[in-house]
Amino acid sequence: MAYVRSIEHADIVHRCFRCGYCKFPSDYVDFNCPSHKAFGWDTFSSGGRMWLIRAWLSGEIETSPRFAQILFSCVACGNCEAQCVYPRFKDFLLNIFEETKSELVDEGKIPPTVRDYFKAITVNGNPYKLPQDKRGEWSEGMGIEEFSGQEYLFYVGCVGSYDEVGREMARSVGKLLKDLGVSFGILGAEETCDGNEVKVLGEKGLFTALAEENIIKFKAKGVKKIVTLDPHALNVFRREYPKLGGAFQVRHYTEVVADAIGGGRTSFGPLKTRVTYHDPCYLGRRNLIFEPPREVLRAVPGLDLVEMRRWAVDSFCCGGGGGNFFTDVIGTGEQSPARVRVREALETGAEVLAVACPQCAKMLVDGVKAEGIEDRLEVMDIAQLLSRAGLA
Amino acid sequence: MKDILRSLVDILGERGVSNAAEELWFYARDPGVLEAHFPDYVVAPETTEQVRQVVRLANEEKIPIVPMGNGMALTGLVIPLKGGIVMDMKRMNRILEVNEKARYAVVEGGTSQGALKAYLQDHHPQLRHSLPDAPPTTTIAANVSLHGQGRLTQQYGFNSDMVTGLEVVLPTGEVCKIGSPSLGPYWFSKGPTLPDLSGLFLGWLGTTGIFTKVGLKLYPNKKIRDVEIFVTDRVDLVPDIIYKLTHLEMLEDINAWFQPRPLMFKDNYHITMYFTGDTEEEVEFKRKMIWDSLEEFIVAKDGGFMGVGYMKPMLLEMPQRGIAAFADVPRGGGFEYSGPITLIEHYPDYALKVMELAEKYEVIYSSAARVVSGGHSMMFSISFAFNRADAAMMERVKKALDEATEFALEKGGIPWKPNYKEQRMTLEKLDPNTLKLLQMVKRNLDPNGIMNPGNWEVS
Amino acid sequence: MYALKFEKEICATCPSPDCLLKCQYMEFDKDEAHQEMMKLVNGEDSRVLTECVTCYACEEYCRRGNHPYYLIGERREEKGILTAPRAITNQWINMTAMQGKQMVGEVQDTALSSCLIPELGMLGSGKLFEDVAQAITFGAEFMCPAVHTHFAKMSVVKERLPKVIDHFRQLGVEKVICLHDECYGTYTSIAPAFGIEVPFTPIYYMDFLLEKLNEMKDQITPLNIRAAYQRPCSNRLIPQKHRLVREIMDLIGVELPDRTYQDENSLCCAEILRAVSGYRLANDVQQRNIDDMVECGASYCVFNCPACQSTLSEKVAKRGLTPVHIIDLCKAAIGEKELEVTA
Repeated sequence: MAYVRSIEHADIVHRCFRCGYCKFPSDYVDFNCPSHKAFGWDTFSSGGRMWLIRAWLSGEIETSPRFAQILFSCVACGNCEAQCVYPRFKDFLLNIFEETKSELVDEGKIPPTVRDYFKAITVNGNPYKLPQDKRGEWSEGMGIEEFSGQEYLFYVGCVGSYDEVGREMARSVGKLLKDLGVSFGILGAEETCDGNEVKVLGEKGLFTALAEENIIKFKAKGVKKIVTLDPHALNVFRREYPKLGGAFQVRHYTEVVADAIGGGRTSFGPLKTRVTYHDPCYLGRRNLIFEPPREVLRAVPGLDLVEMRRWAVDSFCCGGGGGNFFTDVIGTGEQSPARVRVREALETGAEVLAVACPQCAKMLVDGVKAEGIEDRLEVMDIAQLLSRAGLA
Repeated sequence: MKDILRSLVDILGERGVSNAAEELWFYARDPGVLEAHFPDYVVAPETTEQVRQVVRLANEEKIPIVPMGNGMALTGLVIPLKGGIVMDMKRMNRILEVNEKARYAVVEGGTSQGALKAYLQDHHPQLRHSLPDAPPTTTIAANVSLHGQGRLTQQYGFNSDMVTGLEVVLPTGEVCKIGSPSLGPYWFSKGPTLPDLSGLFLGWLGTTGIFTKVGLKLYPNKKIRDVEIFVTDRVDLVPDIIYKLTHLEMLEDINAWFQPRPLMFKDNYHITMYFTGDTEEEVEFKRKMIWDSLEEFIVAKDGGFMGVGYMKPMLLEMPQRGIAAFADVPRGGGFEYSGPITLIEHYPDYALKVMELAEKYEVIYSSAARVVSGGHSMMFSISFAFNRADAAMMERVKKALDEATEFALEKGGIPWKPNYKEQRMTLEKLDPNTLKLLQMVKRNLDPNGIMNPGNWEVS
Repeated sequence: MYALKFEKEICATCPSPDCLLKCQYMEFDKDEAHQEMMKLVNGEDSRVLTECVTCYACEEYCRRGNHPYYLIGERREEKGILTAPRAITNQWINMTAMQGKQMVGEVQDTALSSCLIPELGMLGSGKLFEDVAQAITFGAEFMCPAVHTHFAKMSVVKERLPKVIDHFRQLGVEKVICLHDECYGTYTSIAPAFGIEVPFTPIYYMDFLLEKLNEMKDQITPLNIRAAYQRPCSNRLIPQKHRLVREIMDLIGVELPDRTYQDENSLCCAEILRAVSGYRLANDVQQRNIDDMVECGASYCVFNCPACQSTLSEKVAKRGLTPVHIIDLCKAAIGEKELEVTA
């Protein structure tokens, strides 16, 4: 097949065997690809996308709203890269989807919600179209300092700054870091979007602008270490910013908290509750940080930590990734990821579904509501749980 | 056409029907070498009732219908040769029942191999099923419908021999129970001791009905599983070696394989044998018996056991992920194989044929034969890898595979999951009365010729 | 071509044919041992040619440096006598063939050879090897071909060894640190035995380690463990280096309690024995070896060779001994690695 279009990794697209390993977790217990689970067609799995991209590159199919839907329904959870059996090619699956989306962005043929997202970021600096000067509002009354050379910049992100559930989480994490004596400051109203989702959705130009602005800002303020609320920010700061000249030491708040309480330096009051922990894709599978959040939870006396059937590298994405948190390409049907995941959490007998990402938090809160199980399962971020336990 | 779409949506809901260009393109083909044919619709049912209604509609309107698992048979059996409806069964993915004491499971028509494996591991760890090495997304129903094999085939026969009952939607729309489920609630037999009607469906490649439920034998899952590999450079000794091994009645799976690369496998024939046990004692006893059974070859320096240490984790994986990786050897994501069933004593002839074809058509080969039912026959696979971006290479692989099937038929072998061309070759060679019987069955079950047309057809 | 340098007279006048007398696998009285040796020397048939299991030990037992093990290999090949089955013999030859897939780091005057053993590449790292780790070589092009002596394929050794040496020569090295006994044995025993010149100085890794550990003495915390040492067959080619093991163990606080199968009486890991003689002998040797390790009160089994380690790790672990490589023990002693307890 000769190609009439091109993307950076066009030369390996044909190597996909559409065997379907990408649809499963390591032990095949259920479909682990959120878009495939939600839509049910093979075309919505990674193998399906790869084959369609090959058809599109060779002109056998044309760009269409359906094609865009298929591409933009990918939540970039990385399960396919973890499970694909082709070692010389598995690491580029998400790159290929991103490159294709980039072409669609250039063609202007993207779902309306994706377009709206880009517009909001461009015009308002955040997807909520809320004023920039309200960005630091979440921290009001908490006595949290502005960044001025403290050990860490606490980077909150758009969801933590503006979303109702996200703000709660920003507050509980901010308070926790303060209580543990971590040296940190925030940018408040000066903070701008990290750009992770912009990049994943294929808007390269916008992403570069956002990233470069941040890099200049961080460097000017003398930022060396960043602790993030949101694993999406962790991901882009760790993996993408260095390519643009911004190399910082980046950690997630659970890592910093685990360090602070390590060796029994801090202890918590008892909290007798059964908890199950949902690994965020950008923390767990994509950046291999599995233990610190669990260490933190285990440090609470009386807390019974149980694992869901799919956990750690096999964790099933909440559906918030790939920009879907904002663009909602996947929808909220019965097989939508958040609903599937909260049903899985319920099976463990847990009363609390612990999260470490504001996007997971909101997605799963909505999932609980859609399933009508608010009285049986509470979604809480780890910092909130610790706050409930209280310092000993 | 519009009416059909609406009728399908009425039966399946919006989520269960598509005629979008993307789905039609994808479901028009499989990962093998055969050319694509576009369907008009793709549907994905979730219940037997939905399947029944779609089939009835198709029968009334004389629209072809092609049931599909994951399409990994690679011989184009899910390609809608005459257009129509492709029915993706994979949303019917549940495990309906496991009867532990009778050791059977009942699954749906799209339940994947992986799902059953995971379910048994979680809930019935002392049971296992005959897992093939195909990717675990492949379905149990598709596998048995084409007489697939798995890890327990050497002991217990084809995976289709392990069927314990079926629920089938006939081409005329009736839902039919086959075997013991036709008389009661138990799924312990696909036919015997009644007239065995399962033979009307198993092996027919979806041309006589759609499986909506499959009963499957389960077997004891021992705690320890181990492997040895015997290596010889004398292809003529392979049948004898296998004969000695099968006499032991102690082995799980026996595969005889060879490939030119990596270099350490060059010019040798390898016989991988798996054995299981619940104790170290049992396993070591079996290992001792295995070694002793091949002593004469070792003493004559004609063969020996190789160290498997570092390969063990890969060999013991079920399914073996490395097998799919063979597809990427020519960096092109494809392979296809012909796997005729034949007598083990023909092994040397087939082995020579593989290498001859590889040289003639300049393709990369590998071969693995699996012993069936303790040695009554073997499945000899001739596998060629291709680069999907190289049309000429794909064409050569196609020709090589066709010639392989010709050869197998000449030698009195039976093709396994033949593509439509190989089916024709087979039908041409078939005993004329057998052919008449086959046609009679097909015509009566599918008078309008809607079920996967183009397959098992005499032009 | 390259002929084995051995002196007929040395064997003929040998006061005690320890080579065969001390053999752990064949039984001889003194006269028989001498007679069988002379048969080999004279190119006649001898039961040694079919019964020798290729454990390498007679290279150590011979006090006169007359290379009995290499002689047995030569005679076997001359007479077309295989040790392991043909297919296995050829598999090893193919497995170790040069395919242009070698990896060479930044090599100047010293190379760190990991032969064709990936585990060695991982072991040769950290503070102990920081000065040389970047000069790593890996691949069949840099592999000592000694393993083929097990299969009586001396011709393969003689064909490949000069090429390997030439590959090192092309790198311009003065020294090659050998992370494996077999490599060091190849350059210091096999090469001279066949008159093959070695234009660099081979350094035995334990000499290198000892020197490094002595430099870092203040960073060593004694491990205070008891271990059994698994002596590899290839150490028999370089018996003068065997004492280094105890020296290193003393330095890092590891006690090697006395065992029956130690020093000259060591038992090999038996993996090759499995191919050459069958599972019975291999199992028997492994059983006696591990029983002995357990009886001496060791809690660790220290390996020198990754092949021994791969063969025996699981088996020793099942008997309550934690397997560990000697380099990893050294790393633990300087606080660079945690000492695992896996058994």
